Amino acid sequence: MRESTIMKIHYGTALAAVALVAVHILMRLTQGFAESLEYESVLANYKFIPYAAMLELILILLAVHGFNGLRVILLELKQGRSYEKAVSYGCLAAMIALIAYGSRTIIMTNMGMV
Amino acid sequence: MTQDEHKEGIKGMVNPGRYGIERVAYWLMRLSGLGLLAYFIGHIYETSNILRGQVGWTEFLELTQTTEGHAILAIVIAMCVFHTVNGIRVMLGHGGIGVGKPARPDYPYDPASQNYRHKIGIYSAIVLAAVAMMYGLAVMFGE
Amino acid sequence: MAQVSGIADEQTSTPLSSSNTILLRISRFNPEHDDSSQFMEFTVPYERWTTVLEAILDVKKHFDHSVAVRYSCRQATCGSCGMMINGKPRLACFTKISELNSNVVTVEPMNNFPIIRDLAVKFERLFDTHQKIKPYLIRDDSELVSDEREFLQSPEEVEQYIQFANCIKCGLCNSACPTMATDSSFVGPQALAQAYRYVADSRDKGKDSRLKIIDDSHGIWRCHFAGSCSQVCPKGVDPAMGIQLLRGYLLGFRS
Repeated sequence: MRESTIMKIHYGTALAAVALVAVHILMRLTQGFAESLEYESVLANYKFIPYAAMLELILILLAVHGFNGLRVILLELKQGRSYEKAVSYGCLAAMIALIAYGSRTIIMTNMGMV
Repeated sequence: MTQDEHKEGIKGMVNPGRYGIERVAYWLMRLSGLGLLAYFIGHIYETSNILRGQVGWTEFLELTQTTEGHAILAIVIAMCVFHTVNGIRVMLGHGGIGVGKPARPDYPYDPASQNYRHKIGIYSAIVLAAVAMMYGLAVMFGE
Repeated sequence: MAQVSGIADEQTSTPLSSSNTILLRISRFNPEHDDSSQFMEFTVPYERWTTVLEAILDVKKHFDHSVAVRYSCRQATCGSCGMMINGKPRLACFTKISELNSNVVTVEPMNNFPIIRDLAVKFERLFDTHQKIKPYLIRDDSELVSDEREFLQSPEEVEQYIQFANCIKCGLCNSACPTMATDSSFVGPQALAQAYRYVADSRDKGKDSRLKIIDDSHGIWRCHFAGSCSQVCPKGVDPAMGIQLLRGYLLGFRS
């Protein structure tokens, strides 16, 4: 993938994440911070499909943006063919692993497998 | 000293003192980005405790609902706001927006790209981050 | 024919009667036999108009002729005498001691450039990256027929790039850049600003090929708009502006 395509994705995920994370934080504040973190409240959030879908989207957007940002920082710190390959594939693997782990929580909770 | 390249290294890269507020913003952007990624990974793990049922969730929540936990969350709020506001400024700059127009330079050659719009953007990001952090502290410790 | 019986006494560039003096600390390092750099200190007289380069040349003349420094024009045109002066990259010939507001002036070789000896650094990498971005006009009609006139440009078209044509390749921007501090493969602000200089030239048709060269994992995207390059440029080139305008083409903001 060309670097310009990767960086366009980086900017796009940032903008989309800002909007969705704002909604996510507002939900905590409108419900009252402590109340919104109670078990029943969190469970209800996960079971509400549009909210669960939004959480999944935030998970993907932030994982892509965050691990690409980490890749950029690591590529600038040290150079070398094998190192750069390891950084790129390592960040991709970490991104996929985090999305898979977070998705497991969202899907299982949404489906009532708690 | 590396004889080969004489690179300034990480110390030079993170040193914010010599080149004005733009270099400070560059450094804070990196630091907040890494901090937010670390928090994000922790948050995904934290929320996965819901799968352990009510007892598991409450147990883990108690670990984070401490003074230290609230202080860390306040710092995360500040990092999040700074990274967002400064990120939008940088993104606009990257698109060539607000960086000035090419013109014949006159002595003392003040660079047009380092203009007041960007400086205001950076200071706004810092102030908003501080305000958001204080609001967060008020919400968390107010309850 | 009369023979010259002796070498005439050299005139000092700075009057030794000057009441003002500074402590000039010069970094000494020879990669062939030194493990690390050491500072040598000299007390040098100066006037309001004395430049750092003149002070270094006084040291060479009166104290230690072995200090290695590269210089030529003494008027910020050749771009030879870039060095770290009190921690910031500057041209020694363009920096007056009186402007530094310090009784101690520390000179070191430019960061991010391999050291040849003392204050002289290698420019190979800068010239390589400069060459990489094709710093010349690219046109389909490579040969001009004899009766053809020169390429005409309006003053507005000239304004688009003339600022960036002021680059003297002194390397101060590359020395100040935070990415260059750790990334050996980064194209660097000097080359990227020159890429914009040619892309913005209405006579040039090489935009696509240049954008392809800089759209690399160590290309334009490794610039984070810290602006240090523009702050140290002694010719008002403003590489940070050029780089962002150039990136505008890749992001679709400009065509």
